[in-house]
Amino acid sequence: MKRKLLTGNSAAAWGARLAGAEYVPAFPITPQTEIIETLAYWIDTGEMDCRMTTLESEHSMLTAAGAAAATGVRVFTATSSQGLLYGMEMLYTVAGWRAPFVMVNVSRGLSSPITLEPDHNDILAARDSGFLQIHCATCQEVLDNVLIAYRLAEHERVRLPVIVNLDGFYLSFTREPVELPDPEDLRQFLSGYDAENIRFRAGAPLSEGVAVLGGALYSYFRYEMHLAALNGLAAYNEIADEFAAVTGRQYRSVEGYRADDAELVFVMMGSFATKAKAAVDQLREAGMSVGLVRPILLRPFPRDRIRSMLAGKKGVAVIDQNLSLGMGGILYAEITSALYGSGDSLPIFVSFIGGLGGRDIAAEEFYEMANVTALAVRDGHAPAPRLLLTCEELVEVRKLQEIAGATGTSRGNP
Amino acid sequence: MEMDKGISSLYRIRFHGRGGQGMKTASRILGSAFFREGYEVQDAPRYGAERRGAPIFAYVRASRYPINERGVIHKPDLVIVADETLLAIAATGVLHGVSVDTVLLINSSENAESLKERLHLSGPVFSFAAVAKGEGLHELRFVGAACAGAAARLTGVITRSSLEYAIRDELSHLGDTIVTKNFDLALRPYDLMAAQEGVVAPGRGISAAGYRSPGWVNIPFEDARISAPAVYSPATSERVKTGLWRTERPVFEADLCKRCSLCAIYCPENAILLDREGYPRIDYEHCKGCLICVEQCPVGAMKAVPEGCVPVEKREGDGNET
Repeated sequence: MKRKLLTGNSAAAWGARLAGAEYVPAFPITPQTEIIETLAYWIDTGEMDCRMTTLESEHSMLTAAGAAAATGVRVFTATSSQGLLYGMEMLYTVAGWRAPFVMVNVSRGLSSPITLEPDHNDILAARDSGFLQIHCATCQEVLDNVLIAYRLAEHERVRLPVIVNLDGFYLSFTREPVELPDPEDLRQFLSGYDAENIRFRAGAPLSEGVAVLGGALYSYFRYEMHLAALNGLAAYNEIADEFAAVTGRQYRSVEGYRADDAELVFVMMGSFATKAKAAVDQLREAGMSVGLVRPILLRPFPRDRIRSMLAGKKGVAVIDQNLSLGMGGILYAEITSALYGSGDSLPIFVSFIGGLGGRDIAAEEFYEMANVTALAVRDGHAPAPRLLLTCEELVEVRKLQEIAGATGTSRGNP
Repeated sequence: MEMDKGISSLYRIRFHGRGGQGMKTASRILGSAFFREGYEVQDAPRYGAERRGAPIFAYVRASRYPINERGVIHKPDLVIVADETLLAIAATGVLHGVSVDTVLLINSSENAESLKERLHLSGPVFSFAAVAKGEGLHELRFVGAACAGAAARLTGVITRSSLEYAIRDELSHLGDTIVTKNFDLALRPYDLMAAQEGVVAPGRGISAAGYRSPGWVNIPFEDARISAPAVYSPATSERVKTGLWRTERPVFEADLCKRCSLCAIYCPENAILLDREGYPRIDYEHCKGCLICVEQCPVGAMKAVPEGCVPVEKREGDGNET
């Protein structure tokens, strides 16, 4: 194995290359484009034996990905944000075909207003699609989890497509040391893909995605997908163990960082969670008992593991880098529901919304969130959900509103 | 040491320059050099709608331990300014988070003492000339390598051979000539900074004891006439002084002009208007310095002049005055 400095986008491309992806339907979008550019370069130089097709939209791209996967070849594709949403109809559709392939999503906030920088509303819009979701925090995790994702998608008790998510900018354009597994070492791990009955050939036609009416058949098929997705929990750990045997890097559906003995924990997903780790170290140094719990798998949802990791905690600060408009943080809702009915005495949950549209979360804000949560524990009740936005930032917003003429009084020209 | 593992000391380094000056390359060269020395590294460019000449920055973190911090560096140990004209533009954030502990390294022919006084800087300031006078404009794109070379020496932990290795690693795909040229430009400031070797020390980050409260605000409901993301005022883009992005400017010589108006027709920014006699008038507040007009002018009446060579009295009203 050699260690190289790679961006998150390069790491994703390396994942596809090492997994031996045979077909890549592609459509560009910032901040993902580097992934398909890298793959295109390798295919062009002959370093990668693969066919790439550029499609006219993400809708077609996902259709091509699902159709190719239905012939039993390894398929890779990537998108982001508006592209993911443009392909949303086919996201649900190809998952229903039970066609296993891997797609990387590089998270980017959704329009409007339009931005290039990351938050998780794009990937969470795909939450209920039938694609399993792996959320990465480092460039190494991106590479490793693309490899794991193929095994997960192709697992006989799962057979569903998988999205591997990484944050735009904070991972996509950021280089970190990444250990590239030796292809020889991976041979065993990645071999043995049995495409089972999905070997669509012109000479052996089959119908995918058939019409059903009346509801009973529909209920059966959809619930079977749900059960298959749930099987992903055990499958992920099983595959991760095999991966650890090859690479020495061990993954679990939920990561804990200094969480075992912590009284308070942050819960968050994605690359900003490493910032939470840095904050945990500083908070520990300052005498506070704080840790981090980070779901890596979001679908299937690792309910039991989250329950056990949060058992006995006094306070939980859930930091959502997303916003369900009219409800609040999506992770907050999922985490609190995971603990309902567990029989344990519940911790105090505090909801924070931060990092929308790539807005940074400063070290001081993590400290403040820990302190707000500690106060909530002391007082026995949680404060209202908190948007991470400072007075100084609001002043800047006001200046721009002034320039934009968004004063609410007159719309016309003076 | 166990305690240090938690709060590992970490180099936090920011490069500021303009699109086209090689700031991303500079951060990658420095990142690779640290990596070569056995450091954990993180390097990244920060750009939005990236354009030649627009202010951009890139950053490098390096540590003996895995790096958990991410994103923009708020408390830098070292800030390298590749283009000193950026210092006059507050919006570029060159001095963001710069404290008495931050080392500032400025690409300038002005000496450090005078820069320090003029810019009211409290911390250590060093200056160096990345490209010597008379080396010609085409050297601008090598500024990044020079900055990386100077920065590498200031850290005191990067050997000459690691710097060379990093340059080769990052640039070999561009061919040997480019690699050699970058060696020359990076090693000169590397050697020049010998006396300052090790002045930049890794910082320990922001302590959770006695930190400054972020000052969160509760935003009120505001009706959609205010809170929808719309721009009601006309021509707000005029307020963006894109003239600040120029590294070179077109200068017009009336004696040669045949009033053919090609410059105005081809200007993609509509920054050249014709006066009553049909002579071009350049709007330097918005001319981005693409120099298409220079290329189009059939009689050579438009000349490209480096911004640094334009006398201050001639800069009035173009957004470049300091």
